Amino acid sequence: MAMAALRREGRRIAVPLMSPHPVNPMRSSLASSEEQVFSGARSISTQVVRNRMKSVRNIQKITKAMKMVAASKLRAIQTRAENSRGLWQPFTALLGDIPSVDVKKNVIVTISSDKGLCGGINSTSVKISRGLHKLNSGPEKECKYVILGEKAKAQLVRDSKKDIELSMTELQKNPLNYTQVAVLADDILKNVEYDALRIVYNKFQSVVSFVPTTSTVLSPEVVEREAEAGGKLGELDSYEIEGGETKSEVLQNLAEFQFSCVMFNAVLENACSEQGARMSAMDSSSRNAGDMLDRLTLTYNRTRQASITTELIEIISGASALEG
Amino acid sequence: MFRRVAVRLLSHRRHFSISEIPVADDLFMAAWRRIVPNLDPPKTPLAFMRPQPSSASAASTPSKLTINLLSHYSSELSNKQVDMVIVPATTGQMGILPGHVASISELKAGLLSIHEGNEVTKYFISSGFVFVHSNSVTDIIAIEAVPIEQVDPDSVQKYLTEFTQKLSAASTDLEKAKAQIGVDVLSTLNSSLSG
Repeated sequence: MAMAALRREGRRIAVPLMSPHPVNPMRSSLASSEEQVFSGARSISTQVVRNRMKSVRNIQKITKAMKMVAASKLRAIQTRAENSRGLWQPFTALLGDIPSVDVKKNVIVTISSDKGLCGGINSTSVKISRGLHKLNSGPEKECKYVILGEKAKAQLVRDSKKDIELSMTELQKNPLNYTQVAVLADDILKNVEYDALRIVYNKFQSVVSFVPTTSTVLSPEVVEREAEAGGKLGELDSYEIEGGETKSEVLQNLAEFQFSCVMFNAVLENACSEQGARMSAMDSSSRNAGDMLDRLTLTYNRTRQASITTELIEIISGASALEG
Repeated sequence: MFRRVAVRLLSHRRHFSISEIPVADDLFMAAWRRIVPNLDPPKTPLAFMRPQPSSASAASTPSKLTINLLSHYSSELSNKQVDMVIVPATTGQMGILPGHVASISELKAGLLSIHEGNEVTKYFISSGFVFVHSNSVTDIIAIEAVPIEQVDPDSVQKYLTEFTQKLSAASTDLEKAKAQIGVDVLSTLNSSLSG
């Protein structure tokens, strides 16, 4: 009780003793609270540190929860992505994949995510798309973008607005399935004139590794041209084309089917990469929050102990002054 | 660096056959490094291809057919050795034996039967493509491939009557086309179940 009274007295005395020099607002509130201690006043700013600790603890909990959510979503979609990997192999075995093909109308299909907080995968996709654009622009050639996902749209709209042909968002509102992707592919094929479609996405190799990849799908006319030119597609002529009225009709269907298969795999792989990247981003975020919390706890304890020491000193000096 | 040398050895400007697929496209890599030097070039599907069975020489015919049955949700069969495959091509039922000439054909909805020794496995395919390569590797890519045992005959009947009704009641061309597709697929399914 006496201690409390003395504490109150101390506080009233302490106020005018607070140092007159202005506290620099740029320095952290922790340093300023220590300053007040040194100048002889009792510090009351454990409150400030406590507030910071509370918010950092909340952030740690939230990011940990986001990591768990991303992990469960990843598990769900990973099996589907791995099962769909066999789908594009026969097409590449038959037609090869030649990104260096020289065509007039290039279309770059960039696949990205709608939501953020997933690390650097969207920036990587956009950088690769820009690189491909640079590679394929020339005097007679033109290069357009088709964008899937909000994040790539936000980045590409800034400098390539006139080159964006089509953009689609909210792909993952319903779980991804082949029908949806087939409709998407149909949309793109109908509305965009193309000689070569280059799909840019992040291939999921493991939970920590996402490889930017590009798949090239050629239009049937270019396939015929390359087949006649020999080289990689030269063997195509040895295949007997059956079904349909003419060879070009079958090749057209083949190109469209190839595009939808490759798109399906690409969209799934990108979704997996997104969840994996989000997992690792949230993990490092919660680890950082934990480190910050440790440092703040130390500061808090120091501040608290300093204030107790100051109080004791005042009491003891007050008592000794009274004695004699 | 060694990988680049190896790639150059693999992918000369020669006629390449199905088995010797280069790991990367040289021209592309070179152009990328010249124009966008700060970024690593993206990988292409060539880097992720599964090793294909070697192409046989023109003279010999392999004794067995190697088939891959793929759909968008799984690789049903991969590199399975069988005797014969009958696929429902748009031009009719097509049988593929080892040594079949290389061909690309479109498939329509129908029954796919795989003959291995004495046993026959049947799948119902909605549509797709089949590639037969010169080394008797056959890739069947179907949008949906369902083993026939998993199809329920009663629901097939029910949906068939439903779609026939829709066809007769259809007013616009689009509705008619949709109902017609339903009727076609279901009647094929029906006949495959019984036949």
